[in-house]
Amino acid sequence: MLPLAPAVMLLAIFLLGPVIWSFYGSFTDAALSGSSAQDPQWVGLDNYLTLFKDPVFPLSLWLTFVFVVASAIIGQNVLGLGIALLMNRASTVVSAVVGTAVVAAWVLPEIVAAFVAYAYFSKDGTLNQVLAAAGMTGPNWLYSFPMLSIILANAWRGTAFSMMVYRAALNDVPVEVTEAAMIDGADGIKRLTWITIPMIKNSIATNLMLITLQTLSVFTLIWVMTAGGPGNESTTLPIMAFQEAFKFGDIGYGTAIATVMLLIGAAFSLVYIRALRPEKV
Amino acid sequence: MTATTSTRTSVASPREATAAILANVVLVVIALCFLLPLAWLILASLDVKATYQTQIPDQLSLANFAAVFNPELTFRPLWNSLLLSGGAAVVTVLASVLAAYPLSRYAMRFNKPFMYGVLFGTCLPITAIMVPVYSLFVRLNLLDSIPATIFFLAATSLPMAIWMTKNFMDSVPVSLEEAAWVDGASAMNALRRIVVPLMRPGLSVVFIFVFIQAWGNFFVPFVLLLSPSKQPAAVSIYSFFGQYGAIAYGQLAAFSVLYSVPVILLYVLVSRGMGGSFTMSGAIKG
Repeated sequence: MLPLAPAVMLLAIFLLGPVIWSFYGSFTDAALSGSSAQDPQWVGLDNYLTLFKDPVFPLSLWLTFVFVVASAIIGQNVLGLGIALLMNRASTVVSAVVGTAVVAAWVLPEIVAAFVAYAYFSKDGTLNQVLAAAGMTGPNWLYSFPMLSIILANAWRGTAFSMMVYRAALNDVPVEVTEAAMIDGADGIKRLTWITIPMIKNSIATNLMLITLQTLSVFTLIWVMTAGGPGNESTTLPIMAFQEAFKFGDIGYGTAIATVMLLIGAAFSLVYIRALRPEKV
Repeated sequence: MTATTSTRTSVASPREATAAILANVVLVVIALCFLLPLAWLILASLDVKATYQTQIPDQLSLANFAAVFNPELTFRPLWNSLLLSGGAAVVTVLASVLAAYPLSRYAMRFNKPFMYGVLFGTCLPITAIMVPVYSLFVRLNLLDSIPATIFFLAATSLPMAIWMTKNFMDSVPVSLEEAAWVDGASAMNALRRIVVPLMRPGLSVVFIFVFIQAWGNFFVPFVLLLSPSKQPAAVSIYSFFGQYGAIAYGQLAAFSVLYSVPVILLYVLVSRGMGGSFTMSGAIKG
């Protein structure tokens, strides 16, 4: 019992604490400075009523949804699975090189990855240089297509995780099973849909869950690349909460947005834990 | 590429060989796409006249590195990063070893709910809710405190670390400790002298995992640490970008390289030492 104490205390103060504080704080008018900073008043559901009337909120919710689906569920997940499958067919040297290239973007500290992505998509950055070499004039990506830029950047940064999960999972698929299907005349696509994917479906579920939650909380990449702009065109929920709290000084309102994010995360976690049902806990 | 290319499938029909060539080509293209953005970082760091364009420098020079190589800009922020991530990793490993021991060795009634709770905690987007964390820190008078930030970073990685550590500990056979118990060793002694040495590779994975995460974290110190003298490299590099980013691209890139090298080395260490799939299996297996 006693050895559990340090972990339980840390979790209670610094993990459970913020969660409870988030619910409590969202019912107050706490501010960054001024009299409400010293002595926040209980305002009931005011923050939530403002939130549901705020035109930025549905937009932000939608952008977060688009960001997660496009960059994590489609981008990282499908690309990661694709790379892992191709690696099984390619030569070992090529596999190693691709593995290193993909992991390199993932190992970099997030702020460095964000600068690199900013430089890449900026008006006279590398992407437009490549397009110019092909005879095309590229747009100002970060300004004209902010969502597309952050979606591509996040896929670039995060694919490595899915790739590693699927490499490990594919290694556990016995060769005999796929070979048997091959002898029975199943082509590559059939083997993939009827044999490989059903056999790694637990890894797919785990991976989808983890990358969804990671992408939901992406802040640094978007903050450095577009800061939510232009206007609110790339303001996902973490950016919106940060702006309301630290730019406009309304901590209580920012906390209400954070609470909404917590609830979304908690809902996802429950689905995940139910689906996984760890037997050996 | 000839027919001698070894593919995994034993029956190498001509169609399979074409597929292998296609796979190689597609993968090389993907690798180029992933490396292209990074080319700017490396080239700009060696180019005194760097811009946002990727260009081969007129002459390679280390002047950018020399320019940022001073205590104010590089050494103190890097030292703060080391303090934060090293501290968080030590605290996390200690707390998770202690917690994993009873969870792994004794069948207690609350084991299952506790592990479910830990799994649930792994999923909560805690680092996305820095606004309430900030106001909690204000209330507890912990703002701008390095130890408090270390404990916060440790707590956020603790659920994952407990999960991994318990899985690693489950694979250490209990019979060795039983022998020690018979010889009169206490449970804590057995943990310290038998279990921990046996799971050293697993613990170093957990340590490095937490260290890399904390080293790269920007949002947490950005919100919780206010005085520049306490800020880690992630935050100081961001302020540098804000002040000089528009003119000193080369120095920004050089600083970024210096700041990234330690985690790249650590990653290579882990993946060489134990293989990527091993790391994953500790984290993912139910």
